[in-house]
Amino acid sequence: MRNYEVVFVAAPTLTTEELDSFIGHIQTVAEGKNGKVVKIDNWGKKSLAYKIKKFREGYYVVLSVDGDGATIAELERRFRVTDYIIRFISVRTDEALKRSEKIKAARHKKISKHAPVPPVSAETEEAPPLPL
Amino acid sequence: MPGPRRFSVRRKRVCKFCAEKISYIDFKDGKLLGHFIPERGKILPRRISGVCSTHQRLLAEAIKRARHMAILPFVAD
Repeated sequence: MRNYEVVFVAAPTLTTEELDSFIGHIQTVAEGKNGKVVKIDNWGKKSLAYKIKKFREGYYVVLSVDGDGATIAELERRFRVTDYIIRFISVRTDEALKRSEKIKAARHKKISKHAPVPPVSAETEEAPPLPL
Repeated sequence: MPGPRRFSVRRKRVCKFCAEKISYIDFKDGKLLGHFIPERGKILPRRISGVCSTHQRLLAEAIKRARHMAILPFVAD
C-alpha cells in the first residue's frame, strides 16, 4: 500500500454543498478501488496565480490517499472527466517521507556520536538562517 | 589609523533548509517557496540564495509542482 497526496482545484462557480458531495463521491471511488482517503484538507476558495479556463480563483482540496496505482489512475480519470475540476496533481509521498526520516535518523546518530552534549546547545551554535 | 577595508562585510551563506533541518520541501507551502521566486517569477539561482545542491533540487521540483497548481506563477510581471 502506498500513500499519495492528491490535490485538486475546483471551479469557483461550485457551491460548497456541491464540492462536499464531490469529495464524498471521490471517497467512495477510492474505496471501490481498494484504497482509502485518510485525510481531507479543504483550503476553501483561493486566488490562482494565473488564469485557468478564465477563472481567477478556485477551491483547493488536499487529500491524503492510501492505495496503489490503480486507485490513483481511477481518481485521475474521474478528475479528467469532471468539467469543474480545473487542475489536479497526485504525488507519491511514502517514499519521500521515508527518505526524510532516514536523513533525520542519520543526523541524530551523527550528533550523538560527535557531541555527547544535549542537542539544544548544539543548535544554538549554528549560524542563523539567511533572511531572504 | 585603520586602513581602507579591503573586504566588505560578507555573511556566510548557509542553506536555509539545512539550517532549519527541513528534509522534505512541500509544494503546497507557497509562502516558503515565494522566498525563492524573484519579481520575474523565475527560480532563484543557488549562487544567490546559498541553498545547497540537494535542497535546490528538491526546491526546484516543489516550485514546478506549485506552478502547475497555480500556487505560484509561471511568469509574473
